[in-house]
Amino acid sequence: MTGADGIALLPLIVLAGTSVLVMVGIAVRRSHRFTLGLTLAGLTAAFGSLWIAAPLAPRQVTPLLVIDHYALFYFGLLIAGGFAVALLAYDYLAKVDINREELYLLLLIATTGGAILVASSHFASFFLGLEMLSVSLYAMVAYLHPRRQPLEAGIKYLILAAASAAFLLFGMALVYAGLGTMEFGRMAHMLETGNNVMLISGLALIITGIGFKLAVVPFHLWTPDVYEGAPAPVTAFIATVSKGAMFALLLRYFYRSGAATNHRIRLVFIIIAIASMLAGNLLALLQSNVKRILAYSSIAHMGYLLVAFLASGELAVEAVTFYLVAYFITTLGAFGVVSALSTHDREAEDIDDYHALFCRRPALAGVFTLMLLSLAGIPVTAGFIGKFYIVVAGASSAMWALVIILVVSSVIGLFYYLRIVAAMYASPERDAIETGSRISAASGAVLYMLAVLLVWFGIYPEPLLRLIRTVLRA
Amino acid sequence: MILLCLIAILFIAGILAWLAARWSAAAARWIALAATAADFIIDLIVWLRHYGEISLLPHNRWIEELDWNWIPRFGIHFHLAMDGLSLLLLMLTFFLGIVSVLVSWNEIKERIGFFHLNLLWVLAGITGVFLALDLFLFYFAWELMLVPMYFLIALWGHERRQYASVKFFIFTQLSGLLMLIAILALYFTHHAATRVYTFEYEQLLGTPLSSSSAWWMMLGFFVAFAVKLPVVPLHTWLPDAHTEAPTAGSVVLAGLLLKTGAYGMLRFVVPLFPDAARQFAPIAMVLAVIGILYGGLLAFGQSDFKRLVAYTSVSHLGFVLLGIFAWNQLTLQGALITMIAHGISTGALFVIAGLLQERMHTREMGRMSGLWSTAPRLSGAALFFALGSLGLPGLGDFVGEFLVLLGTYRVSLILTLFATIGVLIATFYALRLVQRAFHGPNFHDWKLADLNKREAFILMPMIVVLLWIGLYPLPLLNTFRPAMERLQQAANSMAALRR
Repeated sequence: MTGADGIALLPLIVLAGTSVLVMVGIAVRRSHRFTLGLTLAGLTAAFGSLWIAAPLAPRQVTPLLVIDHYALFYFGLLIAGGFAVALLAYDYLAKVDINREELYLLLLIATTGGAILVASSHFASFFLGLEMLSVSLYAMVAYLHPRRQPLEAGIKYLILAAASAAFLLFGMALVYAGLGTMEFGRMAHMLETGNNVMLISGLALIITGIGFKLAVVPFHLWTPDVYEGAPAPVTAFIATVSKGAMFALLLRYFYRSGAATNHRIRLVFIIIAIASMLAGNLLALLQSNVKRILAYSSIAHMGYLLVAFLASGELAVEAVTFYLVAYFITTLGAFGVVSALSTHDREAEDIDDYHALFCRRPALAGVFTLMLLSLAGIPVTAGFIGKFYIVVAGASSAMWALVIILVVSSVIGLFYYLRIVAAMYASPERDAIETGSRISAASGAVLYMLAVLLVWFGIYPEPLLRLIRTVLRA
Repeated sequence: MILLCLIAILFIAGILAWLAARWSAAAARWIALAATAADFIIDLIVWLRHYGEISLLPHNRWIEELDWNWIPRFGIHFHLAMDGLSLLLLMLTFFLGIVSVLVSWNEIKERIGFFHLNLLWVLAGITGVFLALDLFLFYFAWELMLVPMYFLIALWGHERRQYASVKFFIFTQLSGLLMLIAILALYFTHHAATRVYTFEYEQLLGTPLSSSSAWWMMLGFFVAFAVKLPVVPLHTWLPDAHTEAPTAGSVVLAGLLLKTGAYGMLRFVVPLFPDAARQFAPIAMVLAVIGILYGGLLAFGQSDFKRLVAYTSVSHLGFVLLGIFAWNQLTLQGALITMIAHGISTGALFVIAGLLQERMHTREMGRMSGLWSTAPRLSGAALFFALGSLGLPGLGDFVGEFLVLLGTYRVSLILTLFATIGVLIATFYALRLVQRAFHGPNFHDWKLADLNKREAFILMPMIVVLLWIGLYPLPLLNTFRPAMERLQQAANSMAALRR
């Protein structure tokens, strides 16, 4: 490993270093504010180091990691996501009576794991990154252990994630046995020739493992329970950083190894995409718990992303990347509102908690409305451009059936988004007007920032599009 | 730049009205009124200044135009342009905009700032729809007018507002997405033929299409506009939305939102896909006649004042659809006049329904009767607009429907025959409305305030305009002619190109 390799890895090193620093910091002095400051400083430094690493990209650092512009872009996205979650968690944790500081440690480790996933070009780093992410998530989900629900969610997530990791490992082993390599790049030409049972079943098991993390149908069963049980900022983290990193890996792995063009694999993904879009939106109709609704909606959104994934060419990668950015903003914003509304003993998860929110907390209601409209893909929000991008990608590959299913299922989705919106704007019962406490500074800043970004990318997406294109072309 | 101003004024005034309402409700109303009035005056000035030359404009020129790069990645432009058709529809938009602000003056008492924000934004979206020449921008504006309209119905509507607003939203959203798919199909077909990615209307006009793909794309556009128009099997959202909306919402819905559907048919469906549209014309015209008869019959059967007026819209817009798909000079002119006259007469009837509801807290005609004795001026105005709606010669609707029938006669005798029966039905429902609500003895001893100054000020200009269109429609036709010829030319050259 040379010095240049070290510089290329700088973002990862800074992230890992920050986790160690935070751990030591907690041991020396237990202060919520200090730990947050340290975390944010570390994340900012890691974000800044992207520009130091950028001139060296693309660079293969050991067979395990590749630091190219694609990876750096996703580093930036994951770090920004982690930053927002840390700020949201600060307000959330301030309300509960528990040891608060360790969550930031776990958050940093999980973000590092996600970053490793994004940069991995080898089964070993893939699995390492995945486990770093998952293991910290077990603890994060169950972080509020005095309550029953988070604990249950944590255990559920632990068992299912461990099982899916076993599937993934077995799949990797089969592929390795079939091809004799664990590097993505070297699988490419072999997959075309070696079309035997072992390879296909290996890939199928790998899809199972990835599908579990992405929570696509039929691997979605954990999602509503974990989303509901986990503390709201952690849910935001699972929905964005964890899924985003996994999708970036999916894209890299299947394009690099050439498996994305294999028609059997495509068929599997088509079925998964259709099932996710329809099941996610239909099941969300039956819910009255906002966190569960958002859980099912995220299943549908992963289905939309798969439509873009299935479209071929650079348009597909662009569409996925843009949609993920929009999805990060939207989902962080939505769970940010849930987290800001939570009190010391319960979360604002029932739809009745949002009744007449517009009268009580107009700013929060406004932000939440924007986020929901973005999830529904209504203009002036980034979600609209994202959905447009996906439809363009699908149409460019002439996948009309998938596009039409996307359209129909997103119309079904309108029902439950509008239900929440309608509840927020309903007139209050006369006796129940209590103007809640003001929104605290940290989550306020995050939510307004997200709202501004959402509208900006919704009206003038060109700068972001140009960035994505230069990143992907390089 | 003027075109951008038209949209920006409404958009910014919406935000200002919202902020102003925190300290003064009246300020919000005045800001909204000023914005719509300013737009109306600007549009009027443009019309007057260009009136002399509009008919002399060469076919490739617009009255006003604005073209900026917006999202070069997809070849999307921020391209606004105005021709005679857009100009007239914008006059209608801002006129009814002023009406809807005034009519809400006393009716809306809750969340006043947010109401005016939504009202002005829906008008901004409609303005965008009438001006957009880039298909992406058009779709953007098309979707944009949906959300504020949803809020107008869902927040300030009547008893069943939730149901009505969601139904409205779902219908328009689904059909809009179908149109998006058609737009994209056209976009990629155009790219395959020319290697250029563009959403520009004028460039897409010349896209060579196979007849089957043209047919499917045409259907995608048609369905989106047919839901808005509405064409009969797709109309079921309309009575609910119109009935449950607040008065201003009903005026905007009937007067403007339905016209965006007709505008889309005129501007996009026929010129972009002339062959497919020609093949489809018999079906569309039959649907139109069914709409005329069905809407009229159902209107006859209603006992709810607003619901009755809502169904008359289905009937009147049937004439517009008939006129567009018969596609000759007379019918196109007729369709345009019907669009404008219907916007005013139906808008006025909704205003009257709103005034009655404010006073009596009911829309049931069974609970009315004999109102003439207690509110003669209000009843007189209602009679006037009901007569307009039934197509009395001398009023706007008559001119439009007459021209449509005259032109359709050349295309199909039978359809003309049935459409004429529709005019007859209109007489029944309009007179029944007047008779049940306003004539007869005052059974329930209603003591109603008659029109006050503000209300008279709303209705008087509407009466004048309706008379003007009925007696002297020439300025409208002159303004519309070059735009119409351009549309016809586009359709013809397209047809020639593809043959």
